[in-house]
Amino acid sequence: MLLSELKQGQTATIVRVGGSSLLRRRIQEMGLVKGTDLYVEKYAPLKDPMELVLKGFHISLRVEEAAHIVVENLR
Amino acid sequence: MPPKHLTIALAGNPNSGKTTIFNNLTGTRQKVGNWPGVTVEKKEGHISRSGYDLAIVDLPGTYSLTPFSIEEVVARNFLLDERPDVVIVIIDASNLERSLYLATQIRELDCKTLFALNMADMARSRGMKIDGRKLSELLDVPVVFTVGNRNEGMDELLDQAIRLAESTTPPARTRRVNYSKDIEEAIGRLKHYMESTTDGLLPYPPRWVATKLLEDDKIVKERLVAAAPQAGRTILQASQALRKHLTDRFDEEPQIVMTDERYGFIAGVVREVQTSTTQERVDISRSIDLVLTHRFFGFPIFIFFIWAMFQLTFTLGEYPVKWIEAAVDLAAGAAEVVLPAGILKSLVVDGVIAGVGSVIKFMPNILILFFCIALFEDTGYMARSAFLMDRIMHLIGLHGKSFIPMLMGFGCNVPAIMAARTLESEKDRILTILITPFMSCSAKLPVYVVLAGAFFGARAGTVIFGLYLLGIVLSIITGRIFRSTLLKGADAPFVMELPPYRMPMAKSLMIHMWDRSNLFLRKMGTIILLGSVIIWALSSFPRDVAYTRDYTAEIRQATDAAESRPAMAGDAERRAIQEKSEQIVAELRRMEKTELTQESYIGRLGRFVAPVFAPLGIDWRGGVSLLSGFVAKEIVVSTLGVLHAAGESTEEGALGKALAASGMTPLAALSMMVFVLLYLPCLATTAAIRRETGSYRWMLFSIGYSTSVAWVMAFLVYQFGRLLGFS
Repeated sequence: MLLSELKQGQTATIVRVGGSSLLRRRIQEMGLVKGTDLYVEKYAPLKDPMELVLKGFHISLRVEEAAHIVVENLR
Repeated sequence: MPPKHLTIALAGNPNSGKTTIFNNLTGTRQKVGNWPGVTVEKKEGHISRSGYDLAIVDLPGTYSLTPFSIEEVVARNFLLDERPDVVIVIIDASNLERSLYLATQIRELDCKTLFALNMADMARSRGMKIDGRKLSELLDVPVVFTVGNRNEGMDELLDQAIRLAESTTPPARTRRVNYSKDIEEAIGRLKHYMESTTDGLLPYPPRWVATKLLEDDKIVKERLVAAAPQAGRTILQASQALRKHLTDRFDEEPQIVMTDERYGFIAGVVREVQTSTTQERVDISRSIDLVLTHRFFGFPIFIFFIWAMFQLTFTLGEYPVKWIEAAVDLAAGAAEVVLPAGILKSLVVDGVIAGVGSVIKFMPNILILFFCIALFEDTGYMARSAFLMDRIMHLIGLHGKSFIPMLMGFGCNVPAIMAARTLESEKDRILTILITPFMSCSAKLPVYVVLAGAFFGARAGTVIFGLYLLGIVLSIITGRIFRSTLLKGADAPFVMELPPYRMPMAKSLMIHMWDRSNLFLRKMGTIILLGSVIIWALSSFPRDVAYTRDYTAEIRQATDAAESRPAMAGDAERRAIQEKSEQIVAELRRMEKTELTQESYIGRLGRFVAPVFAPLGIDWRGGVSLLSGFVAKEIVVSTLGVLHAAGESTEEGALGKALAASGMTPLAALSMMVFVLLYLPCLATTAAIRRETGSYRWMLFSIGYSTSVAWVMAFLVYQFGRLLGFS
């Protein structure tokens, strides 16, 4: 499933990062690489962007960008 | 023997504590400037230590050296071209993986590298223990433990840096990222090919160049072709073939695979050196965020903070602004007395003092504003405000962080445009700077008050509100147009770190505030000074105006007449005569000034451009006022006053009546207000645009664009209004 479909409080593992080359690289460089666990901390009050916790730090990502990230192992 | 000179570069992620360490190392002996050609702040500090003269350069905070953002390009070019003796990489202990990602890229450049493992105490309190010795062994890099905000480890950091710079062993070439077999093979082949065709084509490490070519790095490719057009092209062909091969092999572009593999390598290192004891960390920062970005309370709190910043900047700032204005008046008064009447006095009083005074009075606003912004940035709230606002700003094609500069524009465009510095992407910054002037600044308000007050009476408030709204709507439209044309494709992904909240440090806040304000004072001062002298010259020359009446003689006559009479009159009568003569003199002086302005170059210019303003329903006097408004928007009112012979008194009714008497209609007044709202920004703002965009082209573009929009909008208002039967 897609990262953008996750609800607040859910954890999942990244399987694949898609999208344009630039976007993919940017996302990867911030540490969102294959196999990383991430936790959906919350969505912004206007439902976009979303806040994620991974590897001990917090980042924000737009929902449309999160739609390029495929995750699995939802829990 | 002169002290030996060493250059030490500081590299690190944003929020890694790099700035704090830089401040600790250099204290107040730092120079803030811009990196050549770009608007990224460059900080440099010089210190001497154990017989060495150390230049410490603070590289822009980046997560990577992939040249996507301007900061990354700047940082990488410095490392490549300036070859600092030592690079200190700040490793944020609580973000080991991401810090090491940047560090491995720096090591691939064959720089002498030293790690400052920062805030390890904080990481430990969160249950993370890092084995510094093991890290040093694994990567073959010296590691120094530092605590930036307690000033710990700084001496050792410098000592180690000097030792490393003096050591003759080249940086370790082993113990760095090993890519998978296919990629290593491709790198090897490309490297070999490069070395055989041309030796030392680029003055960079060959392995690094090969790696970058496989990653399709635009800048490296350009430099290669520039250095050797012939051989470069064949190498590029070879690298393209290898890239294609790898893409087929991995079903993925090589740069994506390589980034994955770098992180894989780092994950291995982290597993070795870091031990986590607690599972779920207790985090104050998270609790603060529960409130500050809360679904319902987030926005009200944000609005309150913005309101408070606005209040502080423009309401509290008002007091010192008044003092400065008083001081400027005092200086003008002193010059008035000291200097002999004539051209020099006019230059000093009306040109230099008035001009510089008009800039320096912004200083308190700017200091307070930058203090607030530094507070937002240093605490980490700035990232949250972008998080909250991004959805709305994204509609205009902008980043969440653009909100604050645009909002500040309602106060004054100068600090607003400077506040755009907080945006990381240069295109976002330029777009924000281009649309901010449409936010109606406070200096335009007096113009609206006079015109709307005179022509719209009770509906003046609604009209003024409509003008503000028009500015906002046009800024949105402009944003959307530019984003899809001029500044296309630059909509950087909103992958933004939300750093933990931190207690701001007074020293850092002060340095932040002072650096930025100082830049404003120095650079603006020079441009403004020049500009005001030019405007002054345009409005005071030529001196030999052929007056229709001999004002000097008439003034003398009036004065003499008043003085010669009193002997035969009573007290009251004498006073009445005195007053009468003063009135006459004032009237004469004003008429003289009106004629002078009419005949001055700016007056002639106004009449010359009158045909341009005619379709907008604005006469030549309005045109001249608008031209003079370039210095500062408030001046539009005073020039109108002079030209309409309404006296320089701030009495609004008088000017309004004079305007109405001159044949101005409500529709023409509306057209003029629309023009004032939108046309070219004032001199100080123009100077700020020049500075912040780093180019005259953007400044001229902004002037041209806003003035064209102003003309078209005023034209539409006036002509459509007439068609609809208004007058």
